[in-house]
Amino acid sequence: MENKRTHWVIHVIFIFCSLAAIIPLLLVLIVSLTSENSIALYGYTFFPHEWTLSAYDYVFKDPQLLFQSYGNTIFSTVFGTLVCLCITSALAYPLSRKTLPFRKFFTFFVVFTILFNGGLVPWYIVMKSNLHFSDNIWALVVPGLLLNGFNVLIMRTFFKNTIPAELIEAANMDGAGEFRIFAQIVIPLSKPVFATIGLFATLGYWNDYWNSMIFQIQPKNFSIQYVLQNILLNLQFLSQSRSSNAAAATANIPQETSRMAMAIIAIGPIIFAYPFFQKFIIKGLTIGAVKG
Amino acid sequence: MDTIVKIETNAMAVVKKRGTWKAILRHKVLYFLMLPGIIYLLINNYIPMFGIIIAFKNYNYSQGIFGSKWYGFENFKYLFATQDAYIMTRNTLLYNLVFIVVNLVLAVGMAIIINEVRSNLARRFYQSAVLLPYFLSAVIVAYLVYSLLNPDAGFVNRYLLKAFGVGDIQWYLEPKYWPYIFVITNAWKNVGFGSIIYISAMAGIDTEFYEAATIDGARKWQQVKYITIPMLVPTMVIMTILAIGRIFYSDFGLFYQLPMNSGTLTPVANVIDTYVYNSLKTMGDIGMSSAAGFYQSVVGFLLVLSTNLAVRKISPENALF
Repeated sequence: MENKRTHWVIHVIFIFCSLAAIIPLLLVLIVSLTSENSIALYGYTFFPHEWTLSAYDYVFKDPQLLFQSYGNTIFSTVFGTLVCLCITSALAYPLSRKTLPFRKFFTFFVVFTILFNGGLVPWYIVMKSNLHFSDNIWALVVPGLLLNGFNVLIMRTFFKNTIPAELIEAANMDGAGEFRIFAQIVIPLSKPVFATIGLFATLGYWNDYWNSMIFQIQPKNFSIQYVLQNILLNLQFLSQSRSSNAAAATANIPQETSRMAMAIIAIGPIIFAYPFFQKFIIKGLTIGAVKG
Repeated sequence: MDTIVKIETNAMAVVKKRGTWKAILRHKVLYFLMLPGIIYLLINNYIPMFGIIIAFKNYNYSQGIFGSKWYGFENFKYLFATQDAYIMTRNTLLYNLVFIVVNLVLAVGMAIIINEVRSNLARRFYQSAVLLPYFLSAVIVAYLVYSLLNPDAGFVNRYLLKAFGVGDIQWYLEPKYWPYIFVITNAWKNVGFGSIIYISAMAGIDTEFYEAATIDGARKWQQVKYITIPMLVPTMVIMTILAIGRIFYSDFGLFYQLPMNSGTLTPVANVIDTYVYNSLKTMGDIGMSSAAGFYQSVVGFLLVLSTNLAVRKISPENALF
């Protein structure tokens, strides 16, 4: 009897938590589908008086800003994630090999970047003034996001724990070079850790507004997240950016709803991919025990 | 006798040196693989580390970090003469302390009760739902908060407060509510993720403990109190210590994006990270910004070092080095 009641209480708690997690997103989605008139009269509600797609019509009628920033984000996400996986694993694998001379030194070289950093200002000056990562697409890809020490340590621990040293030795005896061993034996055996690191890198790039905020001047190089930030802070940002006759259009721009529509378009891919990748994240965290 | 030993050790050193050299050559492909990552860390991390001396310089764009004139402690004098230094330190520490406690309690609580959900399908659904906010960007979270708190159209003012007969609140102009808003939003975003670690720790608890307890007639909540929670304590301690090591750093997005540039909220939203950003990009004050950054890096470094020593004592496999 008591058992049954506790189970119901637990379900109620979790239904409440799940709703709390999802409902704010649902509200933004519904607002993006509400007519501007309904909002003026009744505010943001879950049950709008008038449903409409006009916000999406408006956004897609002159989609230059949307497509450009979306394109920038997709490019930086795909390219950045691939390069991240390559250089992270290429640095982590040798560190997992016990025979490598100066292994301890190089491991510390990686660990120290986690312990200490120079702060924003010197980093910004080095990236911008010395390396000219400013106002170009590479400023979205390279600074900060390409490689981090934590990921290197996670991968190294994974290689160390799952790839038996005997396997590498045997391959070596058969005449396989180090590069072939890495590419044809180690990588295929390490799919889970590649999936996990790859997903975190993808999310890092997809959700990044920081590199745009700090390095970009022209809207043509903004990531989608930074465009969203600008629209949230300044309703006019969306209409200003349009090439078509803006003055005539301002009168009936669905302002409130079209920025919510932009937000929904930006979250879309994450929501669709979510059921697929959250499994990897949960699994990945358990292999992610650093150190070894 | 002595000379013979000396000669022998010398010879051994030579052999050893040659051996090392040979070993290095044998691993040349591996070093080659490491090269891109090492170069990236040098550029992205190590050069800026040396650039930290900029805090002691009167920075001049044309002369660069290393060419600019030394300035002694002037930047720090200016920084610590302001009220800002105290406010941002206080905010950073207090918010992080509250986040640590609130998130720990909620994450452990959630892990314990999610373990009691019998149906696999329901458990997976709940876990997916509470994990979702973790994957949203700070900008999107700012949209969600705005859709609730927008003073004219927001759901809270229009419907929730009305239902309780309370008048409209100008959320973005009232600092007193924001400490709660930050704590709630932070928990909303991170608790689902935090609970995963405790769920996997619970999977490691031997079921025999529970079987024995059931035979002895222990009730469910007694089992939780006397078995589950004590078994989770080591994980809780480690996670807390690691979080304390990061206590000088804040979630920039949370404190920057949510208040939507509302100046009246600055006293409750200003943390070290937002201060460093604002003085660099909004005010263009390199001196103040780099002094605050130096302060954060050095204190942060000491904290990470000391907490890591503590972790190494308790559980070496969780220590960074």
